[in-house]
Amino acid sequence: MSRARGFLIGVVLLLLRRRGPRPLRPGERERIVPPAPENAGAELLAISLLLASTACAIAFVAVYVLDRLPRQTQLLGLSLGLAFVFLAAALVVTAKRLVVTEELEDDYPEPEHPGEQETVARIVEESGLTRRKLLMVALGAAGGAIGVALITPAASLGPFLRVSRFYRTPWRRGRRLVNENGAPYRAAEIEQGTFYTAFPEGADREDLGSPLVLVRLPRGELDLPPENAGFDADGIVAFSKICTHAGCAIALYRAPLFRPNDPKPALVCPCHYSTFDPASGGTVIYGPAGRKLPMLPIAVGSDGVLRAKGNFDGPVGPSWWGVRMKGPTP
Amino acid sequence: MIRRLVRFLDTRSGTAPLLRKTLRYLFPDHWSFLLGEVALYAFVVLVGTGVFLTLFYEDSTAKVVYHGPYEPLRGREMTHAYRSVLDLSTNVKAGLLIRQTHHWAANVFIAAIVLHLLRIFFTGAYRKPRELTYWLGVTMLFVSLLEGYLGYSLADDLLSGMGLAIGYSVAMSIPFVGANLAELLWDGPFPGSHAFFPRMYIVHVLVIPLLLAVLLGAHLALVALKHHTQFRRERRQSERKLVGVPTFPGQAPRSLGLLAAVAAVLFLLGGLVQINPIWLWGPYHTYLATNGAQPDWYLGWLIGGLRLMPGFDVTIGGYTLVPNPFWGGALFPLVVLVFLYLWPWLERKLGWEGDGYHNLLQRPRDAPGRTAVGWAMLTWVTLVFVAGGADRVDVMFDVPYTEQIWIFRVLVFVGPALAAIVAYRSCIELGRAERSDRERRQAEHEARAARSRA
Amino acid sequence: MSRAALVALLALALGPAAAAQDRLGQGKQLFGRYCVSCHRQNGPGPPLQGVGALAADFYLRTGYMPLRRVGVQPRRSRVLFSEAEIRALVAYVASLGEGPPVPRPHPERGSLSAGQRLFTEHCSGCHQVVAEGGYLTDAVAPPLGSATATQIAQAIRIGPYVMPRFSTRALSPGEVDSIVRYVQWAKHPDDPGGWAIGHIGPVPEGLVTWFLAASALVAVCIVLGKRLRGE
Repeated sequence: MSRARGFLIGVVLLLLRRRGPRPLRPGERERIVPPAPENAGAELLAISLLLASTACAIAFVAVYVLDRLPRQTQLLGLSLGLAFVFLAAALVVTAKRLVVTEELEDDYPEPEHPGEQETVARIVEESGLTRRKLLMVALGAAGGAIGVALITPAASLGPFLRVSRFYRTPWRRGRRLVNENGAPYRAAEIEQGTFYTAFPEGADREDLGSPLVLVRLPRGELDLPPENAGFDADGIVAFSKICTHAGCAIALYRAPLFRPNDPKPALVCPCHYSTFDPASGGTVIYGPAGRKLPMLPIAVGSDGVLRAKGNFDGPVGPSWWGVRMKGPTP
Repeated sequence: MIRRLVRFLDTRSGTAPLLRKTLRYLFPDHWSFLLGEVALYAFVVLVGTGVFLTLFYEDSTAKVVYHGPYEPLRGREMTHAYRSVLDLSTNVKAGLLIRQTHHWAANVFIAAIVLHLLRIFFTGAYRKPRELTYWLGVTMLFVSLLEGYLGYSLADDLLSGMGLAIGYSVAMSIPFVGANLAELLWDGPFPGSHAFFPRMYIVHVLVIPLLLAVLLGAHLALVALKHHTQFRRERRQSERKLVGVPTFPGQAPRSLGLLAAVAAVLFLLGGLVQINPIWLWGPYHTYLATNGAQPDWYLGWLIGGLRLMPGFDVTIGGYTLVPNPFWGGALFPLVVLVFLYLWPWLERKLGWEGDGYHNLLQRPRDAPGRTAVGWAMLTWVTLVFVAGGADRVDVMFDVPYTEQIWIFRVLVFVGPALAAIVAYRSCIELGRAERSDRERRQAEHEARAARSRA
Repeated sequence: MSRAALVALLALALGPAAAAQDRLGQGKQLFGRYCVSCHRQNGPGPPLQGVGALAADFYLRTGYMPLRRVGVQPRRSRVLFSEAEIRALVAYVASLGEGPPVPRPHPERGSLSAGQRLFTEHCSGCHQVVAEGGYLTDAVAPPLGSATATQIAQAIRIGPYVMPRFSTRALSPGEVDSIVRYVQWAKHPDDPGGWAIGHIGPVPEGLVTWFLAASALVAVCIVLGKRLRGE
């Protein structure tokens, strides 16, 4: 007990002892850094803040070890965050009250060193290498060529000269339209006023050319242009689900309940709100898309299942330099 | 004991003179000089938390069916990449804390760089001899934008997957070479081959961090070699004389305190405020989408650009010269980037800046031309940025989206011009007020002196 | 049997029927006062023959109807009818033709993960993946925080305003149960990461970055450094 008391007395005495500038004793040298300000209160504050920080850091480890606490992430963040808050506060107190903030003067470095610049230039010139013009040119050529050679394997990153893949989709004549579970869509189950997502049977779903959005329009409303004549199957129309602006899935169908008052049917992309009119073959009626939505010609098979009659009327996905140069293959 | 340590270091490396210079290097004491440090410390937190994340992330796009503890996604097909981030967030102790801290640090890092850039720009700190430092900084800003984009796209969730598709479309939209470049980067048309995610991963955790470290090192070295600039607050400060606080003991606790404060803010956010809850978005598939998808804030200016453009592709016959996403997604940031790079040179060409060598900073009002141009650019970018959120404004406040778009299309021309005029006049007026104030005080002083002589 | 008992028996038998007659009468009266101005032959509103109790119940309990102005999107608003009045109107509209009854979804029988999948595929393009609402050209898909289980099931079958309608063939009752279960869950998801700031992603995250984090750190810089004037 007396040991602890003695320790406490020692700490108190340590904190209360006089500090501050005292006259130089003989043989002592001049100070570089002026003496620190006298501030016992601030030192105590800083020490308490550091103790608080220590406690929070220990709390973090404790929370971590105690598994499956409710709101564990919040407790972890709070404890570690507070540990840093107290540390920051202690350092701010130190900066503002415990260390001397000197305002010193210094010279900026020389703007330039003309003597050295001259010497460097002369060393290079006097070597004689710069005068051998042909040698320099040849060195440059070799260096440049080796540089290009070293970069060339970057071309292996991808098939950057083969653009044929941008025209390919998995759709073929006769391919069945299936839903997410792989079951074929029958024409009879496609109702008006709603939309369906379809894929080519057996193909990779993630291929941009795969997903379709299917809607059924009343026959009277269909107004397909000549190049899309016959693309519908009994009023059911199929479009690429991938927006021609920036490649998002067109996951919105605006389906008016009461035509006289409500906006007309439209396929809308949720990224930048490109809006496509299914009745006119996917033309752009609002938004930044520069190209109409590719339409897939479909037909009802004798078994009632919807099948593709061919490929889209244009390449799918966002535009690129060759997107209007040919149609999709095969 | 300190003497023993210093002696050990100096005899083994000869660095005592360097240590001495470093300890007494002078820092200007204005608070705005600390903004760059905020970015630096956010970067430190990014690297620290990032290393942890790399030890759990799987960069594979092979498909797997989820059977983990998070019920709403049980039985769903997803990639290993998404599953590894989901597991880290739900199943790894402190995993969610580290992940969220990392993501908040990225957002704050770029915000700090932007604030730092604004200070550099509006005070003329980029002028000779500091153009190199400035160019390194601008490069780091744009590299960081890419780094952040790649980082949050690694999770392969619905939101970031949509963002990757849009990035692909912007690449495709580059005239002449777009499709070829996109194919090169993605190893084929979108969504690319199984090599794409590992590629993104390596660029995000190795290539760009190394690049940033090198650029940052050069940036800091140049700052130290040429010394900081300063505001002229006292008469003894000049183009030749620097007044400031030495590294030790004055500046060190300040800088360390700032480091602790940055870490504090980031860990508090990382634990208390949810960010990018990928378990809510679900895994990405090319045929799925959600409304209200947005990129992280530092790319929001681009979505505004993409949404504001009217719908047209520029074609010459059958050749599509400029697909639509190019304007908002590629040209717009390119213009800003080129403006930032060229500005020191442009300022000289305009005659607002001689061939002078500057260590002193100007207050914005002392350079009305620069301030006007800066405000114009800032207003332009901010207006496009705000336009990108017009759909949420419609949902929340019932202001029709289509009308907002038209208003913004006009504002992005009128706004910057107005901002430039207002900024310019304000600078002139403030300067005039100061000058007349100073003349008045001078006249009073002379009158008093004359009276006392009489 | 005594006459009193006979009268009592008759009253018991005919009571509900009489009450029903009363309700229909009241419904017809209310319909005439509030609805027929639009919902008549060649009127500005759609005819209600065959829409059934399902639709009437939905539009009245959400306050979608009566509509403020013809042509605007119906929005959730304060319901001005009393419970009895709503029942009366629903009974009357249901009597106008063969229509679906008010559905009774069973979300507890649904699967949360099936609901998440179905909602993402069919609904999140408009309503956002956790039902925080969204925009589409010339319309707004409302957030679903106030939607009851019945209303969700009703809306799925009706497709109000520009929402697509999903029949039992497109979405089976079991699938609707799962979707309802998911939407109910999405009203209060777990949020292990802390304060969810709206569940809509980067926009509020950016606001927090600038108005919380950046301002706090700039304040720290100001405390640590000096200003041009003053200190």
